[in-house]
Amino acid sequence: MKTAVPTAVVIGVGNEYRRDDGIGPALVAALADHWLPGVRLVVSDGEPARLMDDWAAVPLAVVVDAVVCEPSAPGEIHRTDVSLREPADPVVETHAHSAGSHSLGIPDALRLAAALDRLPGRLVVFAVETADVGFGTELTTPVAAALPRLVEAVLGELLANTTERGKPTAATAAGRDVR
Amino acid sequence: MSHRARQLRVSSLARVEGEGALHVVVRDGEVERADLQIYEPPRFFEALLRGRAYTEPPDITARICGICPVAYQTSAIAAIENACGVVVGGPIADLRRLLYCGEWISSHALHIYLLHAPDFLGYPDAVALATDHRDIVERGLALKKAGNAILELVGGRAIHPINVRVGGFYAAPSQAQLDKLAAQLRPALDAAVATVRWVAGFDFPDLELDHELLAVHDPARYAIERGTTLRRSAGPAFAVDAFSNHVVEEHVAHSTALRARLDGGRYLTGPLARYTLNRQHLSPLALELAAGAGLGIECRNPFRSIVVRAVETVYAVEEALRLIESYQQPEPSSVGVQARDGVGHGVSEAPRGLLYHRYEIGADGLIRSATIVPPTSQNQAAIEDDLRRVVAANLDLGDGPLTGLCERTVRNYDPCISCSTHFLDLTMERL
Repeated sequence: MKTAVPTAVVIGVGNEYRRDDGIGPALVAALADHWLPGVRLVVSDGEPARLMDDWAAVPLAVVVDAVVCEPSAPGEIHRTDVSLREPADPVVETHAHSAGSHSLGIPDALRLAAALDRLPGRLVVFAVETADVGFGTELTTPVAAALPRLVEAVLGELLANTTERGKPTAATAAGRDVR
Repeated sequence: MSHRARQLRVSSLARVEGEGALHVVVRDGEVERADLQIYEPPRFFEALLRGRAYTEPPDITARICGICPVAYQTSAIAAIENACGVVVGGPIADLRRLLYCGEWISSHALHIYLLHAPDFLGYPDAVALATDHRDIVERGLALKKAGNAILELVGGRAIHPINVRVGGFYAAPSQAQLDKLAAQLRPALDAAVATVRWVAGFDFPDLELDHELLAVHDPARYAIERGTTLRRSAGPAFAVDAFSNHVVEEHVAHSTALRARLDGGRYLTGPLARYTLNRQHLSPLALELAAGAGLGIECRNPFRSIVVRAVETVYAVEEALRLIESYQQPEPSSVGVQARDGVGHGVSEAPRGLLYHRYEIGADGLIRSATIVPPTSQNQAAIEDDLRRVVAANLDLGDGPLTGLCERTVRNYDPCISCSTHFLDLTMERL
């Protein structure tokens, strides 16, 4: 669902062949059934240049991703309103320079976007704790159970964004589903 | 959603497609082992594909890698069409090459600008490079975007393209759409040329490695999306269907990846192999730039792989423009491919090296077995050999600087460590 001038973009980062890492794409698939004018839905592998293209200059970017925690509470959702002036939030801590082609992640994308003026207006990250990121196509039970709450939470962000902007576009759709 | 106080140790946010680690054992001042540990998805996908319809591998295997999905799709299709006795040529084959050029441009630009160049310029990462040289990083991103534009138009989208099918494409772009694409590619050619000149000025350590080289070969052109034989640096070329006679995968204890050997020896695929074995098929402009950048008739210095990638990017942009100029919209956009009982082999040159697929298909159209040999598992022994040499020569360094050096060494090979790893965790045992 690509619009010329989106008011918001929802980016589901992940790999649906790595079990709970598929929560981001699953969220995007769930939102595809909702009427969200002005909202762009994107499934992403998290590659920074693509993230920057997806969110640059968009008033609100909502990124949904899996997170591996120790200790872990699978299915627990962590919301972070990322400070775009100081994006080194603990939840999206920066990793050291690494070796693989996919080695840059969301934190690096944020820093790079800041250096290149390609940040969104606001960035909200939903990180869902995982139980299993091994090979497989199904979400684990606790993460699958978290999906409805995640959908509700993301729709809430979209609603709030539209309300702030004073336009009855996404609010109409999101409001219907949230309330 | 919870906001209760809890101490979290975030070991990774997302990108958990694979993991990689390097385990080094030094005994009495000698490097005993340097094991690159890889956890590799293709093994999972091989199992997943068994029992699926012969039309499914292009869509399923595209998910193995976010950076080179077209390579997986193309090798899969080549193997399936081979098994079914179908040879697809003409405009559909040209469109496949165009799509693959998009992947080369996008992948090479990403690696050159965001991963590899900072190593040569003394920056910790691309962010620091962008802070000081914004125009340069912008150029790289524009180049990458031009590659993505090809992927989006021909493939339907930039990641995991959806317009690719056995026999061709679900829909072929119009001439008008391609003309618009060409307008975006022309400035990309300037950016690609500037990239070669830029990386040619880097300082490269003197290093020549003696790995055997292996690349897909096409007698008519620089092999990208297909070829007729597999050419090697120390032996006669062999047919694609003889791949498994020469390349044998072996299990190693430290990795779920299989490690490939070419007639029992370590070998290297990828830019250095392609350039050394197929250089004569590069375009005049690419050859001129290569010579100007100091590349000779062969390149065996892994640090200079960045120059070869830049030269290949120029070639890919030129080739994309040539294909667009001569484009004839295929009608229909795919040919019929009927399943039959048989075995098929397919190869193509992923940006980081040779990618081989083999499928055994039944008369019912179901896949009996699948074998996928990705470039990184083929290159693993060569990378480990290089790492052993680097560690042995720098044992006086602390673990931190040594890790950085090892990461730089690994980056020379642009590994998709199983599509992929993010952190090279170095474990050093000094005994």
